[in-house]
Amino acid sequence: MKQKIRIAAGQGFWGDLPEAPVCQVEEGPIDYLMLDYLAEVTMSIMQKQKARDPKAGYARDFVPLMKRILPACLERDIRVTANAGGVNVEGCAAAVRDVARELGLSGRMKIGIVTGDDILDRIDDFLARGIELRNMDTHEPLGMVHDRIQSANAYLGAAPIVTALNEGARVVITGRATDTGLTLAPMIHEFGWALNDWDKLAAGTIAGHIIECGAQCSGGNCQYEWQDIPDLANVGFPIAEASADGTFIITKHQGTGGRVNVPSVKEQLVYEMGDPREYITPDCVADFTTIHLADDGKDRVRVFAIKGRPATDSLKVSISYSAGYKAVGTLVYAWPEAYDKAKAADRILHARLERLGLRFDQILTEFVGVSATHGPLAGEPSADLAEVQLRVGVRGDDRQAIEMFTKEIAPLILTGPPVVTGFAGGRPKVEEIVAYWPALIPKREITAHVKTIEV
Amino acid sequence: MLVKLTKLAHARSGDKGDTANIGLIALCHEYYPIIVREVTADRVKQHFKGICKGEVERFELPNLGALNFLLHGSLGGGGTLSLMTDAQGKTFSTALLRMEIEISDDEARSLGLI
Repeated sequence: MKQKIRIAAGQGFWGDLPEAPVCQVEEGPIDYLMLDYLAEVTMSIMQKQKARDPKAGYARDFVPLMKRILPACLERDIRVTANAGGVNVEGCAAAVRDVARELGLSGRMKIGIVTGDDILDRIDDFLARGIELRNMDTHEPLGMVHDRIQSANAYLGAAPIVTALNEGARVVITGRATDTGLTLAPMIHEFGWALNDWDKLAAGTIAGHIIECGAQCSGGNCQYEWQDIPDLANVGFPIAEASADGTFIITKHQGTGGRVNVPSVKEQLVYEMGDPREYITPDCVADFTTIHLADDGKDRVRVFAIKGRPATDSLKVSISYSAGYKAVGTLVYAWPEAYDKAKAADRILHARLERLGLRFDQILTEFVGVSATHGPLAGEPSADLAEVQLRVGVRGDDRQAIEMFTKEIAPLILTGPPVVTGFAGGRPKVEEIVAYWPALIPKREITAHVKTIEV
Repeated sequence: MLVKLTKLAHARSGDKGDTANIGLIALCHEYYPIIVREVTADRVKQHFKGICKGEVERFELPNLGALNFLLHGSLGGGGTLSLMTDAQGKTFSTALLRMEIEISDDEARSLGLI
């Protein structure tokens, strides 16, 4: 049994640096490549794509990536865990099998497929049996959006991924699996950790949390001494060097840019944090107030003393539902009196929308360069601003009203305040909103299915 | 004297639905008790007046020298529903660092701030 493994993060989200996973494989020793493609809104995007094309609905760039790195992964004994399957895990696995065959890898590798997260067809049954699937944030009953549900998936943890690894899968593809599970599973598989060794499971979970956003723990988006962080153009993505005793080191390949130090790891630890004593995953409850960090040389941070508690009886469910339409229009006003011009344009636009009798659930005006991010905290802007971007968004159920809004932006150029530009992109697009409904479901209702296929 | 939080802490923020979270991390061990004392949930709620429409919760992480704040009802509905430029709450971190706190000259001197 190995005493130490190196798990490398290759994607912080779907659309992260395309070269990052390749660099992780090519630029130094690793044992596992972990690829997290699913942010909360990603499932809804994939659902939209699957609605247009039944063969779609997964992270498509995963397939050409596998084509590129599979030979090296086999040669160097690197395994891959990825939640690239989105809402079409089988489709994703079939596409990976096809490229593996093209590469002449038939008979040389297995692909693990983890399903069972998709509960769309079972929603009515759950509701009929009193499983309410209330919104975790608002506590509203699911009935409010029931007729508009597009997808529903339970978050699976590390256990089914471990099963696939135990069965010899070189690449494990999941749908809605937790990003932390993708990192924890290799540790359980390699170190033989028991599924009730809560401290160790919590440690692996926290390792996963640290590396799941890619370079956001290795110098990217890091406030601490940001001007001194070297060579972000060549930023090294993080690696968790895990030991069988549940301690681990966060590092990156030598010769890459960015920086791993205690402050960079702390920034990632607090990212998207709720109650730090209760970081709840399907695998355990990790206690962030027990984490200890220590510098361990250049670009190395040791993480230790983590405590965990037993997993809960519930799994989180993410439901996506159709929630109307939105559009956002922007124009840029130039010096002098740029802010005044943008405000005047906004008043004119509102008057015209009013005259057209258009009603929206929400209309939001922001002035980029003045207050779009910090609102009133930004204070009064300088009178001498070089430019201000007017940004107006609308949302509602009436698609036609949103369409009409998009036609009112460009005319402001010739019919509103002077010295305005920034309309090269054309009319704003009407976007269909697929919104996110988080809920809980009793664990006993969900069974993960694992299979491995030969290439 | 008034000290801006940028002198005492760094931060990162993110979202869960319509809630923004801000992790506020003391720049050094000695600053942590000051942010614990001064940057209360009430103070943060007041600071984000007009932005945060719900409650503010605060959690302490002495092991990391950090505080975590949850600002409920702050992201225009959150996720894909929000029309905000910063629907994911990514810039709330430095919005918090704009806060100014009062510390005595003696304390400021002992911490090397003046």
